[in-house]
Amino acid sequence: MSEMKKIKNLKEFSTSADRFEGANLLCPGCAHSIIVREVLNATNDDLILSASTGCLEVCTAVYPYTSWDASWIHIGFENGSTAVAGAESMYKALKNKGRLKQPERNPKFVSFAGDGASYDIGFQWISGCMERGHNIMHVVLDNEVYANTGGQRSSSTPIGSSATTSPAGRVSYGEKKNKKDMVSIMAAHGIPYSAQVAPNKWKDMVKKIQHGFSVDGPVFINAVSPCTTEWKFDPKDTMYITDLSTDSLVFPLYEIIDGHELNITYRPKNVVPVEEYLAAQGRFKHLFKDEYKYLIKEWQERVDSNWAYLQRREESRV
Amino acid sequence: MAFDKMELKDIEVWDGNFAAAQAMRQCQIDVVAAYPITPSTPIVEGYAKFLADGYVEGEFVMVESEHAAMSGCIGAAAAGGRVATATSSQGFALMVETLYQASGMRLPIVLNVVNRALAAPLNVNGDHSDMYLGRDSGWIQFDAYCPQDAYDLNFIAFKVSEDHDVRLPCMVHQDGFITSHTAQGVHTLSDDVAYSFVGDFKPMNDMLDFEHPVTHGVQTEEDWHFEHKARQHNDLMTKVMPKIQTAFDDFEKLSGRKYNIVETYDMDDADVCVVCMGTSVETAREVATEMRKEGIKAGVVGIRVIRPFPFFEIAKALKNVKAIAALDRSSPNGTAGMLFNEIAGSLYNTEKRALLSGYVYGLGGRDLTKAHLVALFKELQANVDAGKVTTQLQQFIGVRGPKLAYL
Repeated sequence: MSEMKKIKNLKEFSTSADRFEGANLLCPGCAHSIIVREVLNATNDDLILSASTGCLEVCTAVYPYTSWDASWIHIGFENGSTAVAGAESMYKALKNKGRLKQPERNPKFVSFAGDGASYDIGFQWISGCMERGHNIMHVVLDNEVYANTGGQRSSSTPIGSSATTSPAGRVSYGEKKNKKDMVSIMAAHGIPYSAQVAPNKWKDMVKKIQHGFSVDGPVFINAVSPCTTEWKFDPKDTMYITDLSTDSLVFPLYEIIDGHELNITYRPKNVVPVEEYLAAQGRFKHLFKDEYKYLIKEWQERVDSNWAYLQRREESRV
Repeated sequence: MAFDKMELKDIEVWDGNFAAAQAMRQCQIDVVAAYPITPSTPIVEGYAKFLADGYVEGEFVMVESEHAAMSGCIGAAAAGGRVATATSSQGFALMVETLYQASGMRLPIVLNVVNRALAAPLNVNGDHSDMYLGRDSGWIQFDAYCPQDAYDLNFIAFKVSEDHDVRLPCMVHQDGFITSHTAQGVHTLSDDVAYSFVGDFKPMNDMLDFEHPVTHGVQTEEDWHFEHKARQHNDLMTKVMPKIQTAFDDFEKLSGRKYNIVETYDMDDADVCVVCMGTSVETAREVATEMRKEGIKAGVVGIRVIRPFPFFEIAKALKNVKAIAALDRSSPNGTAGMLFNEIAGSLYNTEKRALLSGYVYGLGGRDLTKAHLVALFKELQANVDAGKVTTQLQQFIGVRGPKLAYL
């Protein structure tokens, strides 16, 4: 049986034994490390982990050091999900053949990847893993940009964001395309569990990760990961920005069970205007020029429309 | 064990694909992650059928691309167990990124490569373009000339690849269609004998040992990358050939079938010889025998181990010959052929350097006929008689239009 942690409060949670060490090279204020710790701290079971090429990978396994006190693998940019799926297949094979060294253990298989490695270059690999029903969890550290290589746009980069390959300029407001809806796409694979999480709502996060570990089959988690470097905010403000992301409903927190049953898991008491979320980040600074203010209005309408859609989905139970 | 053994006749009529699938069955692989592609598809189909019929136990993961196939194999191998797959051509090309990752991470994996041309233009038939594409990838590469070789070399590949002093992935190559789809008599090993040769898989740095967590696939820059690559090269240059020789010797004791790092045929007194790979080796041997009746002392050298390249073994095999033809079944696209260059490198600092000329043949499955080889041996004899290469150094054989020759 799985061993899930019973966590009473944040102090206890944040000081529980780490299998992801603080000794890493991630930027001060990076949400990646917070999310990873929250995911790993949700279970006491053994972990087999992967990271696709990206910030998390290059900052945590620089030879001859490692930040991981659990077995971990990195192959390439696109295939972290399949690496863990391969390891999970080997686990099943050796279990059936009676060759596991510690047969009583109940390992969890988790792949971490950025939005570039998930929404773009690794999309096919993740889809394959979801379709084949591996007992793995894929966690996207979604900072809406190729942060590791200096801030190029991905298909997760939202409209109006200035990225280095879709920069705001004299005649451009930056990224022109809307963000890809990965949670829905993954849910459409009919997987048992997919969810959006945020590191500020740690109880919601832990509940979802534990639910994900408890189901039989693939799990997809999209975690908002505010990037101090590319979103351009002060490193001390990571949680403030995350609060704005969830409370403005730009990143609504919800889950989809068995590909169709949608539950909203967090309803902000006071919904923050999207404008506040955008205004707190340098990547949207140019939107506050007179000629682009219509985009802020469109942003709000889009967020409202998506929130209404999620509520309709939740009510209709389909 | 929850699988049935299969009773085999001493000699079965198998094509190269089925021979490879049977060898994989007998090695009892833990994870096969695969994607179908002509002409290697029947290997994974055969393995799937063995699984469906209860003759193997393990996980068979049909992934969504060859890149994912090798990615899954890497994850499975790092987890700690016996892993294999098969591919060809475009699929091999798609795998290339992960081939380097597999070898750089020192993971034992056996990849059956059924050689096929690379597009464009698209072509499903056999040449060595994919095999050549893999030659800098850090894998060990064996070349089978016939279904029997494809069967036997799989056992040897597992044995060498999984050796803890080696820990490098191995390819077993066979020619698309000519070997892979042509049935011949194959001398078999019983399931027990075959398995006892490869032995139980012995894990090392396995991710599934929860008491000893490991980190696979680290980041290194100018501080450590060179040392890792140098160590891998060092092991390929110094450790692998002795292990292969031992495996060949052990396999001979077991089966009576003798494999050599360089396969020589009538080379003791040969004046002229061709050096080639794949099914061409058998054709060349037949023609060489006929040439001897015409008074040309012909021999044949087949490359059995392509990587690591048998630098000294090839120099030894060619030390007394007077004229050599290097036959490359892959377009060099702007230089001399790979075999031409490797042989030139092997011989350059030796005392007696034979005349060396290169031939490009058989692209996209074009036949290499006996007539081609007869003409070729005669050209080599003319080189011997003239004391110099009488043709250009690189010639194309069997291509339409005016003769193509370069260098």
